[in-house]
Amino acid sequence: MTELAHGGLAQLSRLLEERQVSALELAELFLARIDRHRSLNAFLDVRPELTLRQARAADARRAKGERGALLGVPIAHKDIFVTRGWASTAGSRMLEGYMSPFDATVVEQLAAAGMVCLGKLNCDEFAMGSSNENSAFGNVLNPWDAAAVPGGSSGGSAAAVAARLAPVATATDTGGSIREPAAFSGVTGVKPTYGRPSRWGMIAFASSLDTAGLLAASAEDCALVFNSMLRFDPRDSTSVQRPDEDFTRSLDMGLRGVRVGVPAQFFTQGLQPDVEAAVRAALEQLRQLGASLVDVELPNSPLGIPVYYVVAPAEASSNLSRFDGVRYGHRARAFDDLNDMIKKSRAEGFGPEPKRRILVGTYVLSHGYYDAYYLKASKVRRLIAEDFQRAFQRCDLIAGPVTSSVAFNFGEKAADPVSMYLADLFTVPGSLAGVPGLSLPCGFGDRGRPVGLQLIANHFDEARLLGVAHRYQVATDWHRRIPAGF
Amino acid sequence: MSLTLADVRRIAHLARIEITHDQAEATAAQLNDIFAMIERSGRVDTAGVEPMTHPLDGVQRLRQDVVEPPPEREELLRNAPEQQDGLFLVPRVIE
Repeated sequence: MTELAHGGLAQLSRLLEERQVSALELAELFLARIDRHRSLNAFLDVRPELTLRQARAADARRAKGERGALLGVPIAHKDIFVTRGWASTAGSRMLEGYMSPFDATVVEQLAAAGMVCLGKLNCDEFAMGSSNENSAFGNVLNPWDAAAVPGGSSGGSAAAVAARLAPVATATDTGGSIREPAAFSGVTGVKPTYGRPSRWGMIAFASSLDTAGLLAASAEDCALVFNSMLRFDPRDSTSVQRPDEDFTRSLDMGLRGVRVGVPAQFFTQGLQPDVEAAVRAALEQLRQLGASLVDVELPNSPLGIPVYYVVAPAEASSNLSRFDGVRYGHRARAFDDLNDMIKKSRAEGFGPEPKRRILVGTYVLSHGYYDAYYLKASKVRRLIAEDFQRAFQRCDLIAGPVTSSVAFNFGEKAADPVSMYLADLFTVPGSLAGVPGLSLPCGFGDRGRPVGLQLIANHFDEARLLGVAHRYQVATDWHRRIPAGF
Repeated sequence: MSLTLADVRRIAHLARIEITHDQAEATAAQLNDIFAMIERSGRVDTAGVEPMTHPLDGVQRLRQDVVEPPPEREELLRNAPEQQDGLFLVPRVIE
């Protein structure tokens, strides 16, 4: 049964289709693994009776003749997506025990396709963090090395997939929250084009950046799930109206003629030799598979972090103003009046990182500072986005490292917010531009910790992005490695 | 630029987050580190550049102005810290 869990989603899908395994058996298998590895702290809410009910319903649908690549396949959701039945906390005391009256669109779409929910995954509070140390419910451990952070903010999603406690997990990426934990935990993580997956029912952090995506064992697995997930949603005002696509259509493409851009700016700024060696080897492998490597420039990308830490906190301060202790969320026990109740409830409910970002955002939007910070950052954001468009005139994809080092240790950056922010140096530019990007395992570095290769495509070019990643994964086996003990 | 303790208290008030004196001191130091990092982008020449507020430069799509069934009142109230007779309760604001 362990082999079944290790195999990945595409294989489970085939076995379900051939009736060699039932949805119920798979649900029981993964629930048992989740229970056995509780010490990872990857899950915040598991309710076996709800999971088994969904599994039985999937089996009943198949018994009636329904087919579908995802029918009966288990999935776990990052606790940023609201769910009926399972608590939705965003990793925050503010929302401890919150029971959503509805499902997020992404959750609803995948349930409609027959996916079985295994539970809710731990994450940094309100998706703010790069190490998972900002979760109010304790950090997730990295299955490869318990001293290493799993990455963040989707640390629970990454660790759960790395340990094969779930074949696939939803996640969200605002500045790197899918790609960075994918790299640190040695799994495949894909952030689609901004606006392509629905944000409805995703607890909001920074609305011009927040993008739902997936972590799984392979690019092929992600492509299969995207077919049911990247669809127009009338309930999300920034959802992009485009015809549905088959994201698996380019999985068999060859790499001949594909131009892979290598940006100089991603190979400086403290890139560690172990990461650089693994990434350069992966680039060479892409070349041997038929791709051509071209030098490109993203000259403004080093400004990504300063721009992001104006734009994202500004949007966060606005989004998180809804938490006032009135309609839902934490309310302080003792207070003098309404204003005092709101101030105390927010002081008690939010952890240090959301508070910091709310304060930064409040300041940059305040009277007299808006032009100097928010407006200025919005202009530099355009320069960063234009760099990508210029680069994509010379190449089809951009490749480079996801992070400058392998996973760091718990406590290493926790006391210094700015050093933590720099963990997202190579992922933030793509987020600001809204382009799709992924991280795939490409080797191991210092202390045997995983290294990720980042591939970035132009808007709406996910199929090719996944196709190139798939060709790499057909030729390599880094993505098949499972951490010891799982 | 350097934020003073008074600045931090003013921002915390605007954000409606209670902050103690000790917290304000620690926060001022961290915010000043963050703003020192942010200042780097302020030196870029952005003359004539349009601000970008949406990655696809999309326009806000409006839905049809039609009545849709609202969510169940009881379900919405279930998460309220205090409620009574179908209403959210807050401390008295009018004497």
